[in-house]
Amino acid sequence: MNDLVQNALLNVNIAAILPSLILVCFGMGLLLINVFLPRGTTRHAVWISLIGLAVTGFFVYTGWGNPQYGFNDAVAMDNFAAFFSITFLVCAALTILMSDDYLRREGYPVSEYYPLILFATAGAMWMASGTDMMTIFLGLEVMSISLYVLAGFFRGQVKSNEAGLKYFLLGAFSTGFLLYGMALIYGVSGSTRLTEIGVYLKTHASLLDNPMTLAGLVLLSTGFLFKIAAAPFHMWAPDVYEGAPTPITAFMSAGPKAAAFAAFLRVMEYCFFTLKPEWTAMLWVLAVLTMVVGNVIAIRQTNIKRMLAYSSIAHAGYVLVGMVAANEIGYSGILFYMLAYTFMNIGAFAVLVLAGKKGEDNLTLEGLSGFGFKKPFLGVAMTIFLFSLMGLPPTAGFAGKFYIFAGAIKAGYIWLAVIGVLNSAISLYYYLRVMVYMYFRDPEEDYAWVAMPGAVVVTIIIAIAGVFYLGIMPGEVMELAKQAVF
Amino acid sequence: MTDHLLSLMTFFPLVGMLIVLFLPREADRLIKTVTLIVTIIVFLISLPLAFDDVFLTSSAMHYTEFVNWISIGQYFQMNYNVGIDGISLWLVLLTTFIMPIAILSTWNAVDKNTKGFMALALLLETGMLGAFIALDLFLFYVFWELMLVPMYFMIGIWGGKNRIYAAVKFFLFTAVGSLLMLVAIIYVYYFSMKAGVPFENGFSIAHFAQLDIPANLQMWLFAAFAFSFAIKVPMFPFHTWLPDAHTEAPTAGSVILAAILLKMGTYGFIRFAIPLFPVATMKFTPLLATLAVIGIIYGALVAMMQDDVKKLVAYSSVSHLGFVMLGIFAMNLQGLAGGMLQMINHGISTGALFLIVGFLYERRHTRLIADFGGLSKVMPVFAVIFMIMTFSSVGLPGTNGFVGEFLILVGAFEGGLRVYTVFATTGVILAAVYMLWMFQRVMMGKVTNPKNENLKDLSAREMVIMLPLLLFVFWIGFYPNTFLSKMNPTLENLVEQVKGKQQIAMMAEDMEQSVTKIAVNDLR
Repeated sequence: MNDLVQNALLNVNIAAILPSLILVCFGMGLLLINVFLPRGTTRHAVWISLIGLAVTGFFVYTGWGNPQYGFNDAVAMDNFAAFFSITFLVCAALTILMSDDYLRREGYPVSEYYPLILFATAGAMWMASGTDMMTIFLGLEVMSISLYVLAGFFRGQVKSNEAGLKYFLLGAFSTGFLLYGMALIYGVSGSTRLTEIGVYLKTHASLLDNPMTLAGLVLLSTGFLFKIAAAPFHMWAPDVYEGAPTPITAFMSAGPKAAAFAAFLRVMEYCFFTLKPEWTAMLWVLAVLTMVVGNVIAIRQTNIKRMLAYSSIAHAGYVLVGMVAANEIGYSGILFYMLAYTFMNIGAFAVLVLAGKKGEDNLTLEGLSGFGFKKPFLGVAMTIFLFSLMGLPPTAGFAGKFYIFAGAIKAGYIWLAVIGVLNSAISLYYYLRVMVYMYFRDPEEDYAWVAMPGAVVVTIIIAIAGVFYLGIMPGEVMELAKQAVF
Repeated sequence: MTDHLLSLMTFFPLVGMLIVLFLPREADRLIKTVTLIVTIIVFLISLPLAFDDVFLTSSAMHYTEFVNWISIGQYFQMNYNVGIDGISLWLVLLTTFIMPIAILSTWNAVDKNTKGFMALALLLETGMLGAFIALDLFLFYVFWELMLVPMYFMIGIWGGKNRIYAAVKFFLFTAVGSLLMLVAIIYVYYFSMKAGVPFENGFSIAHFAQLDIPANLQMWLFAAFAFSFAIKVPMFPFHTWLPDAHTEAPTAGSVILAAILLKMGTYGFIRFAIPLFPVATMKFTPLLATLAVIGIIYGALVAMMQDDVKKLVAYSSVSHLGFVMLGIFAMNLQGLAGGMLQMINHGISTGALFLIVGFLYERRHTRLIADFGGLSKVMPVFAVIFMIMTFSSVGLPGTNGFVGEFLILVGAFEGGLRVYTVFATTGVILAAVYMLWMFQRVMMGKVTNPKNENLKDLSAREMVIMLPLLLFVFWIGFYPNTFLSKMNPTLENLVEQVKGKQQIAMMAEDMEQSVTKIAVNDLR
């Protein structure tokens, strides 16, 4: 017993969890401060959270290139984790920036909202840095539980309640799958540590076609694919994305999704590299299915949030293409793509935050008729984000897709790349339709849109800058992404 | 200055766009004037290219610029690699020449959201010029896609009744084609890496052209490129977006679309598809020549049946571009030179015809042939100009159209496409039929419709628009050497390269066959 404790203490390496620790401290502190302030004051929470994210970001940044391992190899704050952490932090910061005015308009100026985002971000960081099944699970739960609350945050709105409950029930279900998969793999290999599992499976080749291993692999993948919202585990996404508060939808579609990809990638690469042909074959099918389902169903949507939900499913499909490629460029393409997607998708949702009226009943295609001329800045911003989502140069979306498909082509999956670009072609249609309504139709009812609060405008400007920076000068970030993959 | 002439020319419109964006929304006339000045400056910047005699003797790229743009470890290097040779020279000049004319034509035609229109027009100019001078496939792709966006909005916002359908169709058709090309581009890149092309060259086409790509692979890659370009040309049966886009677009949009954007497709064949995949070119020639001839005849027949002048001109484009394609695939100097010249001719005469239709539309707000008649009595100057442009489009000797079509037909006849040439020639006759018939119904006879009695003749502005175009109709018609002499060295070189590779491939195929024969004989 004494040995165990001593061993554990020896392996404590605070540096490995320092950034996320800081973030959690900020979240906790914020919760405490909130107790002493009257209800309805939220400005301080925005500032404190942003500062918290910035400080965390600083520590992640300074740790670049200097990987920290600790807690008996349960946590690894390496470049891979750092890159993803930056993505989460950017995502959280942009979400928080656009949230305050939105919460006020919808009548929920509640400051607990912000610590929840910080906790979700910390959870995401643990998922990205987890090198032990337990760490990943812990991160996943912290992230998910915060998100369940956030999705149902508007407790007076039925849609939001539905979103929260649906997400919770299905999320809990999928977590069950994930945990069962972990248990099976533990049963096979006798360890929860990713590298140890990998080595064990490599040295015991007979285990590779053992049904228990394969069942574990499939169940684990199911759990992650659910979080990614890949078809056929995507059913929850449209309802949850539509019902959740818009900034939370933006957050969920970028940060947590990236976290799930991070953990998924690491588990597959560390534990199951010996089974690569098997899981790439599985993901090939799922990538195609996800792209097709997301894009084809998106065509039929008239609610913009719902349409972006399906488009988000389709984008998960593109990212899965990078996983199928399973080479350095495909993987770094994934890292790059998730960052790019964060900018463009959050930007698009930020525009929707300003375009919506209270209750957001007008966020339909019809509701946006003539929007581009009424609000030229928002119109142009939305256009840029939509072109980026389409994958047109010179935007971040193009660069991201380019690298992912290049990875697939390099790995010899030419047909997969062809299917991918054809899916992009399908997606053009529904993205273009938004612009058709925004610019080519006259407004049906003439009402004044909401004022433009500075914070949201700043969010949009940052997002535009990100989209163009990653689109025109992708070299530097891509170089970092390259250093980040294993 | 001359070191960065091409960049200056390409990106100056972008600067102009930023200026326009900061002008006040209501200052309609000011916005138009500034845009006009910007496009004229761009033309002046590009003008020294026309007088540079280096193109008379050299087939190489000139005014080249090479800057490393994106470089990612050992994965990729994309370069800002531009230059100009005899092929792109006249197309670049055509672009800078047509743009001020197109802008001038909007003076009264565009009155809502002028700022947006002008900003998009300038963005479009950057895209088009960039695509013509790019020597790096990645860079080319970026500019190629960049052209889509402004044209989409131009048709969609300022277009006619059916504009939404036309705009979306235009965008989808072109984008689908280019996406497949993107896959092919990446594939060629990896092939070149495997073949040991130095990493720093990136997507440079000069190096891609030297690759020795196996014939069956070339077929696939050529198909992907050709699909993309064929949509843009547009070749039958991918032409259906064109009549819609042309008809719905505002006059300036139609002019740019016809005069320059359509040339992107044919230019793409000459610059990329053919030199990169010469063996596949040889194998695809019968198919593409057939489609070209079908396009010539089909476009002409459909044009004949139109009751809308603008639609008629749009379908005549399908026919004319068919000639260009036929000339290109003749793969000899006459054919290629004819094709190149006809690209410029089409830009001038069809651009002019769209302007003329625009003049009519501004006066009468209709484009139906039946609504006109006897206009020559009311608008004598207009009638003369319209007539000359009609003749130019038909290809009457003395006008530019004749030289181009003649060279194409001679080239195709000598290039082993005799049967095709015979059928294509009927297109010349049909062109005379539909154009002259249209001209007769619109301009000749008595004024039947009282609304036509008091139409004003061309204004000074409209004369200024048409005169430069008239000048080139006759210049090319009487002395095409000015233009041909500067493209010939490059085209000769291209023919030599492509033919050489095709012959080697054919010899290899023969060898293979004879080896198999010997082997079979041995077995016996």
